Amino acid sequence: MHMHRRASTLPVHIFVFLAPATLVYTLFMTYPLLDSLRLSLYAIEPTGVERFVGLKNYIDLLTSPDYAPRFWGALRNNIVFFVIHMVVQNSIGLLLATLLTTKGRGRTFYRTVIFMPTVLSFVIVGFIWNLILSPLWGVTEGVLKSIGLGHLFRPWLGLESSALITISLISVWQFVGIPMVLFYAALIGIPEEVIEAARVDGATSWHIFWRIKFPLILPTVGVVGILTFVGNFNAFDLVYTIKGALAGPNFSTDLMGTLFYRTFFGQQLQLGNPTLGAAVAGMMFIIILSGVLAYMFIWQRRIRPTEL
Amino acid sequence: MLRKVSFLVATALVLAACAQPQAPQAPAPTQPAAGAGAQQPSGAQVTLIIESWRNDDLPIWQDVIIPAFEKKYPNIKVIFSPTAPADYNGVLNSKLEAGTAGDLITCRPFDVSLKLFEKGYLAPLNDLPGMENFSDFAKTAWSTDDLKTTFCVPMASVIHGFFYNKQAFEKLGLQEPTTWDEFYQVLDKIKADGTYVPLVMGTADMWEAATMGFQNIGPNYWKGEEGRLALIRGQAKFTDEPYVKTWQQLARWRDYLPPGFESIKYPDAQAFFTLGRGAIYPTGSWEIALFEKQANFPLGIFKPPVEKAGDECYISDHVDIALGMNAATKHPQEARTFLSWVASAEFAELYGNALPGFFPLHSTPVELKNELAKEFVSWRNECKSTIRNSYHILSRGEPNLENELWRVSAAVINGTLTPEQAAKEIQEGLERWYKPAQQ
Repeated sequence: MHMHRRASTLPVHIFVFLAPATLVYTLFMTYPLLDSLRLSLYAIEPTGVERFVGLKNYIDLLTSPDYAPRFWGALRNNIVFFVIHMVVQNSIGLLLATLLTTKGRGRTFYRTVIFMPTVLSFVIVGFIWNLILSPLWGVTEGVLKSIGLGHLFRPWLGLESSALITISLISVWQFVGIPMVLFYAALIGIPEEVIEAARVDGATSWHIFWRIKFPLILPTVGVVGILTFVGNFNAFDLVYTIKGALAGPNFSTDLMGTLFYRTFFGQQLQLGNPTLGAAVAGMMFIIILSGVLAYMFIWQRRIRPTEL
Repeated sequence: MLRKVSFLVATALVLAACAQPQAPQAPAPTQPAAGAGAQQPSGAQVTLIIESWRNDDLPIWQDVIIPAFEKKYPNIKVIFSPTAPADYNGVLNSKLEAGTAGDLITCRPFDVSLKLFEKGYLAPLNDLPGMENFSDFAKTAWSTDDLKTTFCVPMASVIHGFFYNKQAFEKLGLQEPTTWDEFYQVLDKIKADGTYVPLVMGTADMWEAATMGFQNIGPNYWKGEEGRLALIRGQAKFTDEPYVKTWQQLARWRDYLPPGFESIKYPDAQAFFTLGRGAIYPTGSWEIALFEKQANFPLGIFKPPVEKAGDECYISDHVDIALGMNAATKHPQEARTFLSWVASAEFAELYGNALPGFFPLHSTPVELKNELAKEFVSWRNECKSTIRNSYHILSRGEPNLENELWRVSAAVINGTLTPEQAAKEIQEGLERWYKPAQQ
């Protein structure tokens, strides 16, 4: 009797507690996102009236000779940007985390120092690296000369062949602390007995890492991967601060974010096109959503945290 | 990688903000509400706010220009409220849409302001007392295409040219070059000496290559207004000789630029030149104030070189800045009073001398005190004036001509595009949307 009554009463307190978050989230996240997607299906007439055009903006973006080269170029650059982060940032992050779990001196110091760039503003990071790599005032050329490699110096940020890679590596420098901390937290969560048992069985450190530690932190590898993916396909600030909205030279550093900014807000004499810009944002949403879904339904289903 | 505030969220918020329907702006009451009967509107103090992108000029407006106006019109208080140049167009649009923009709007030349006028944000100013002080050339940039309606009071233009380090020229026994042959002879001598970098410019920001390169030296090839109007009428193409030759000159500059110029930004180049490490700097009159403050050597200027000595010369005398009235202002009478004053000879003289390098467009010649500014403006008597060819009409479509000129001009100097390829890409881009160019 008592049980029955409790089940049938409306659990008002649950709604009360959920309401603030739901309201704020709906108002500031869900509604703007849906409205942005709605906007991407419209065109604005010269008179300022919005007119429904269906998927025309998306078709233009993917196929028209005016916009398609920029879209595919930005997507290609974004993929390069992402691959560099996955390969360089996340492997270095893992390596650093592993080193931090060994019993060396000054671990806390290094952990803090390596994490520090993450909290710096993009503007500062862009400015610092512009100076470091500057052919006029930078230290890079001098340092290379002092070790006899001066002839290797190039204005990397200004060359079509190297600008994107250089900016990717600057971003890696800035954010390597995040995978490091996540991997570190996962690694120190591995019970000492497991590793001791392996050592007793004669496993080398190499084997212990690849056969025991790495499989145990696979869920974290997935989390780091998806965070990198989402972050990279939203990236904008670093390119904007270093190269401006035109993402030069010759669009070689153009990412989805800079393409969106240029399309939506305009650039110098180019007037902004809010509806086409919304379509770029819509494509970014679709790309990120498919990545997240792939992660949730493929990776997360296969990789289960190993119970110890 | 991880961002505390995802860019997408910010994006979505902005989209939502911009998607808000425009609130109809009620006609502003100029009279105080009934009940405050005793108050006299004419005696009330009114505050006008000026929107501008010229944040560098804030002290000059506050200390020189506005006090001069307020002395004459003590009932009107004026506040100069600038936004960062790169954000100005976007911020201004949002403010106008939301009905929170200032009473007076600083106008960019041509299409950006025309669009604001067409949307009803800028008031027509044809009947403004003082408008008769400006020539049609000065008013083109802020008038409808048929030149029937003008919506901003022209304030100033900037003139392109080359600055040089006089000390370096004296030391090496060099003369100001007037032809291209002399120009390269001078550069070769500076290069052979090795003390100075011959030509200071970077291509990292790209706009210098287009604005200080292409638009600076090109008018001599395309014969100023003649060539500019021929492009608009579709009678000339960017693949024609004058344009290709301009890019060919830019390509030759590569050998004289500082090492690593591909990643040198505008402020880097300015600092490098004013530190006395370079000899020649292609740019425009707007640098006068900064260069005179920072350089501890005497500065000289010379005009863009011509092909043969005695050739007719053309300069880029680009109409750049004007002031208009927010159509929704609550104080139209006072705003017009201020604009009439801006259209006066008194303002022209004040402005031209407070900001050397920004040349008043007023029909009465202004007595300038700055020597370099005087020399720049004297070129108007020797050469024919024109404006940057991408600003009027030709940047209305996509791909945007101005952006494309930045991209290809930088690429030509970097050596990743040939002048011929650059010309072809620009012409093809223009033909994709501009009907007269397709003939």
